[in-house]
Amino acid sequence: MKTLEELKVVREAMEGEVALRTHDNASSKYEKHVLVCGGTGCTSSGSGQIIDALASELEKQGLTDKVQIVKTGCFGLCALGPIMIVYPEGTFYSMVNKENIARIVEEHLKGGNPVKELLYDETVNGDEIKSLDETAFYKKQHRVALRNCGVINPECIDEYIGRGGYEALGKVLTSMSQDDVIQTILDSGLRGRGGGGFPTGMKWKLAKNIVPDADMKYVCCNADEGDPGAFMDRSVLEGDPHVVLEAMTIAGYAIGAKQGYIYVRAEYPIAVERLEIAIKQAREAGMLGKDIFGTGFDFDIDLRLGAGAFVCGEETALMTSIEGNRGEPRPRPPFPAEKGLFQKPTILNNVETYANIPQIILNGAEWFSSMGTEKSKGTKVFALGGKINNTGLVEVPMGTTLREVIEEIGGGIPNGKKFKAAQTGGPSGGCIPAEHFDIPIDYDNLIGIGSMMGSGGLIVMDEDSCMIDIAKFFLEFTVDESCGKCTPCRVGTKRMYEILDKITKGQGTLEDIDKLEELCYHIKANSLCGLGQTAPNPVLSTLRYFRDEYIAHVVDKKCPAGVCKDLLQYKIIADKCKGCTACARVCPAGAIEGTVKNPHTIDTTKCLKCGACIEKCKFGAIIKE
Amino acid sequence: MNSSTSKVPFKGTPEQEAQLLQVIEDHKDEKGALMPILQKAQNIYGYLPVEVQKIISDNTGIPMEKIYGVVTFYAQFSLFPKGEYTISVCLGTACYVKGSGDIYNKLQEKLGIAGGECTADGKFSLEACRCIGACGLAPVLTVNEDVYGRLTVDDVDSILAKYAE
Repeated sequence: MKTLEELKVVREAMEGEVALRTHDNASSKYEKHVLVCGGTGCTSSGSGQIIDALASELEKQGLTDKVQIVKTGCFGLCALGPIMIVYPEGTFYSMVNKENIARIVEEHLKGGNPVKELLYDETVNGDEIKSLDETAFYKKQHRVALRNCGVINPECIDEYIGRGGYEALGKVLTSMSQDDVIQTILDSGLRGRGGGGFPTGMKWKLAKNIVPDADMKYVCCNADEGDPGAFMDRSVLEGDPHVVLEAMTIAGYAIGAKQGYIYVRAEYPIAVERLEIAIKQAREAGMLGKDIFGTGFDFDIDLRLGAGAFVCGEETALMTSIEGNRGEPRPRPPFPAEKGLFQKPTILNNVETYANIPQIILNGAEWFSSMGTEKSKGTKVFALGGKINNTGLVEVPMGTTLREVIEEIGGGIPNGKKFKAAQTGGPSGGCIPAEHFDIPIDYDNLIGIGSMMGSGGLIVMDEDSCMIDIAKFFLEFTVDESCGKCTPCRVGTKRMYEILDKITKGQGTLEDIDKLEELCYHIKANSLCGLGQTAPNPVLSTLRYFRDEYIAHVVDKKCPAGVCKDLLQYKIIADKCKGCTACARVCPAGAIEGTVKNPHTIDTTKCLKCGACIEKCKFGAIIKE
Repeated sequence: MNSSTSKVPFKGTPEQEAQLLQVIEDHKDEKGALMPILQKAQNIYGYLPVEVQKIISDNTGIPMEKIYGVVTFYAQFSLFPKGEYTISVCLGTACYVKGSGDIYNKLQEKLGIAGGECTADGKFSLEACRCIGACGLAPVLTVNEDVYGRLTVDDVDSILAKYAE
């Protein structure tokens, strides 16, 4: 494709096809499209086999020219995977297994009657079947960054073009100046979605202007999604890889760069594969390479795989790693906009940030800034995980409250347990207690309550989670991942971990808590990079909101949540024990004594506190306290 | 240097070396090529013993100490051979909150090895990993390419049994 007209031809040919899946004016060759999720979550639960079974069943029933199978990226509701959606109706089959495929093909795809008992139960209401857009999980969502995820086949550039793909690039190259592009991004109010929240347009402006005579500049994409529990970037790369390529090319034009690098985690093999396919297709289509759209603008993108170092999500460490070194951060200034990759002016944005760019160009800065709060514009994708019913990915306007996200979209906490805290921002963030349930989520509010947006992981914890154990868990992570370059982080986080370990073992004192807090402030103030500067946040926020629990551990030597093994004792309630001997048989330490039909007892000196007895007891006679 | 050399003797073949030299040749003019070369070398040999690092050093001119520094920095690179099956238990936050720590402990107990080690018969190695992004299925573990999700401690035996033959 060398001109916008040629792009338009492809779009017109494909538009009607993909519109079948979005309730717009469809003109598909097929009567039905069956979308099967091919993201990491559903692939792990066997969606590959489902696609095979579906293909062979359609063949058998002679439906191959009526029904199209589309392997898409993530739909978001990973807890219900493997997921299969049938359009134009939008009926939602959850936890599909391959034994049911024949029935779905026979009754639904051939007979036109959805198989009710295999549908996601929230979509079935008596005789009425709701489409997925009407479910609580999807209704409140507003998809900008994820607009193509779960809609298109990510391995097909034409489907992306059918959804308006590469039109923003065409617009930029043929009708906008570099400054126009930068001004649009500035006006939109878009801030970096990777954690820091720095205005994206400002980054671009600096990189364009700061070294006017630079012979080389670079555009990098941070796809080293290291925060445990965050997987939105992976989903964009798996579900809509071309959007990242298009946005990086737009950024390249805006700052005057010719080369881009995507630094992606090697732990995401599906994302890597789809990116490789997308880059190849984009080059073949002329969307990457020389003289794009015949405008004389050249730009190309290469992949670099990370190798499992969390610190490489930090911008200077990431660049050092692309250069082929140990991924250690370097002091700033100079900032990457001046001296970045290979000492040249560089911009680095995260995947989700890029995923917003083409839509901002096409719909205008005003459209984007009409969403969100005063200082945080647009939408944010959150990865819901932990003790929540609807684990998965959700995209909501900035300013949505935690309550809406957890209770309405997330479906609340399983097993009737009580909400205790939501952890945001990964190892750099903090725990938000129930008292802040109604705070509108945006960058500044989260910082105000001692946490941070981070990349958008949102892990829900219930009353069974011990906050000191969680703080220790994060510190163990930072100790492991500290690169070792600066002392406050290398040594300080280790000392913090040791104090926390002492507290969870019942050996802590009140003085230890003070020491811990003091250490937090020193590490924050003196570390070289973001990793160390934010490493104390999980401790500081739990100290702020759950100090009682710390006190219970050090003064009463009790773990209120029943997690810290050294502070627990297992007991059998004599009244409830029927003497079935199940516990005595399962105990690996031989710590349970008793005769048949008589109450048993636990010898606490032998007990390993493994919990095997509690799981076996049918009468709820064993407790830990 | 005891900790940096494997007790298992290096058994690289001339075919492997030829492949590696081809990789180095392919990346000859590329800036920052050391990481991709190491990643491909690990695919060829399964790990990166000093002998392999030496070949890379000799053919790229990058000093040994820099290569060793890079290899030991990244979790993905291993100086030691791995088992036939590598079991990775996700200890990311979502999995941890849902009890993956207990699963990891159970595996250590069952296999009789600590995390990062390999069983004496060379069958299994065990490691903890940080979030594979399948948080919707938490807790998860992987055995080579296979992913197992929504686990409980009781699933450990049946998973190990699948690979024991």
